[in-house]
Amino acid sequence: MLYREAGQFKTTYADDQALLPIAQDRIGLFIILAIAFVALPLFASEFFLSSIMIPFLVFSLAAIGLNILMGYAGQLSLGTGAFMGVGAYACYKLTTLYPDMSIIVVLLLSGVFSAAIGVVFGLPSLRIKGLYLAITTLAAQFFLEWCFIRIGWLYNYNDSGAIEVPTRTILGLAVTGPQATPLTRYMFILCVVTIMTLIAANVLRGRIGRSWMMIRDMDIAAELMGIKPLNAKLSAFAFSSYYCGVAGALMVFFWLGSAEVEAFDINHSFLILFMVIIGGMGSLTGCFMGAAFIWVLPVILRAIPSAFDLNLLAATMEHISSIVIGVLIIFFLIVEPHGLARLWQIGKEKLRTWPFPYAT
Amino acid sequence: MEALSIGLDAFFLAPFRDMFSLPDLLIQVIWEGFVSGVLYALIALGFVLIYKASSVFNFAQGIMVVFAALVLVSLYNYGVPAWLALILTIGVMGLLALSIERVILRKLVNQHEAILLMATIGLTLIIKGAGQLFFGGEPKSMITEELGLSTGSSDWEVFDGIVIFQHIDIAAAVIAIIMVAALALFFSKTRIGRALRAVADDHQAALSVGISLNQIWAIVWFASGIVALVTGIMWGARSDVSFALEIIALKALAVLILGGFTSVPGAIVGGLIVGIGEKLFEVYWGPIFGGGVEAWFAYVLALIFLLFRPQGMFGERHIERV
Repeated sequence: MLYREAGQFKTTYADDQALLPIAQDRIGLFIILAIAFVALPLFASEFFLSSIMIPFLVFSLAAIGLNILMGYAGQLSLGTGAFMGVGAYACYKLTTLYPDMSIIVVLLLSGVFSAAIGVVFGLPSLRIKGLYLAITTLAAQFFLEWCFIRIGWLYNYNDSGAIEVPTRTILGLAVTGPQATPLTRYMFILCVVTIMTLIAANVLRGRIGRSWMMIRDMDIAAELMGIKPLNAKLSAFAFSSYYCGVAGALMVFFWLGSAEVEAFDINHSFLILFMVIIGGMGSLTGCFMGAAFIWVLPVILRAIPSAFDLNLLAATMEHISSIVIGVLIIFFLIVEPHGLARLWQIGKEKLRTWPFPYAT
Repeated sequence: MEALSIGLDAFFLAPFRDMFSLPDLLIQVIWEGFVSGVLYALIALGFVLIYKASSVFNFAQGIMVVFAALVLVSLYNYGVPAWLALILTIGVMGLLALSIERVILRKLVNQHEAILLMATIGLTLIIKGAGQLFFGGEPKSMITEELGLSTGSSDWEVFDGIVIFQHIDIAAAVIAIIMVAALALFFSKTRIGRALRAVADDHQAALSVGISLNQIWAIVWFASGIVALVTGIMWGARSDVSFALEIIALKALAVLILGGFTSVPGAIVGGLIVGIGEKLFEVYWGPIFGGGVEAWFAYVLALIFLLFRPQGMFGERHIERV
């Protein structure tokens, strides 16, 4: 009853092309942002911020990166973890080589390295399609993992082989390293993710984004209609890897604090892949839903036994949550192959016509 | 200039000099590569069987190998005699095949390939979680001798050196050859085999001449379950039965690229190329890169190969229409 666009007349072309044309959507988004920017910092506990919200935002950004490539440009990739690793190592190298450079600049630059590597491994996509391409991205995954172990220069030849995040400040406030509070780290990540999501939303509905979707829907037809596959595919790889790289840098610098190669292994790539599938391919809202689902669900599952005074081993819970996620993936594929985002869409559609679903 | 020529020499000439100065080592390396190639080929064979009949890219093949081996070993550890454990494991793989067909595939008929791939990734998670839950995650040793496989080794003196052949490796090669021959016969001579090929060619045409798709799918999943069991036994005998095997099984994907998704001989040849190639590369070229190159050699080889022949060695050429 409340969700109606009746009476909202658009008088300019700009209104018609707005990102969220329906007023209720705008209000909803505003409320969500208000909760994220005001309510959570005021009321949420440090545990909630640092082990639920921060990972959730990092994974959302990585999922957006993969979704751009997979959901919008139609190129299957299993190398997300490695591209995140490139971002993280680049960020670490830059900030240790140039300690005076602002961490924001370093963060944005590290994505550029990731994008360059992404373009190199995206080159085969010009000749290879579908599942074959998925396997060549595995080459990227394993080759880059090997580089992270063998090239000592990347982690400054320290004995542990891990990258330790140094303390960096913005206007005198520590945002990374051991002194940074969860609140500052959360606010920083939130700003980055919000801005980058906004940029992605606008790129995706623009000329470049639409050329990616044409390539996804039918590449030969797109080529005949004047889309250059070279430009479209490689720009999709670059854009997607940029997002993944920044997400990787955020993950290490603002969440984990230090990381070894294991943080970027193939299982990590799969985790992001599941988020995109469950959230919905080709939907930005879906990325957030998928990330919340995959990250928060195991946390809740782990909390259930203690609520009933059952003492299960952590490993047992790990296995059970693996089974549950597997079942859910198959369940979603069977019930709704387009993921949570489509369910949300259907729900909104129902809401619009409620309580007279047959009156059109 | 000098540095360049030294570098070129180290990369292009020195490895070959090493090969010919110690021919017994070369034979040993090739043999090792051959055996691991056979095992890659077996995993790839499981993929090909399912892909041919249902165009499902079965990501779960690797975990099925681990699962089959785990069931076998655990049954034996519970006190079941080895031969009975083997039969029971075959039964378990049959049940698994039936339930996969009934619960997952039947619901996803006519879906896009990528969605079917995702479903098998979900299946991988389920089997992995269940396997670890019931049998524990720690590595177990394979009951090699109890199954009547020899664990000794034979020496072969050649070129003033000794080449060691593990009996289990020889057994693996022989069993693999027998299995491939049996599968080839099964495909070409039996009624079910011909039905399988019909389904692989065209689902609708096969349906219209009265072939039951559901039945065929259950059969191919069962067949690849058996292939998984044999692979699991062989691989478990060479190292331990553990979940780490799953990552190694991903190499079978590179093998598939080389051989083509739909070709049984392609899987074999691809497996051997990857197996022998990566061992030679690791031993003779590995030191130049600082070792550990086995982790990515197969994929990079596949990637380079794909650039020149996107459909694989024996795959069918794709003609695309708008």
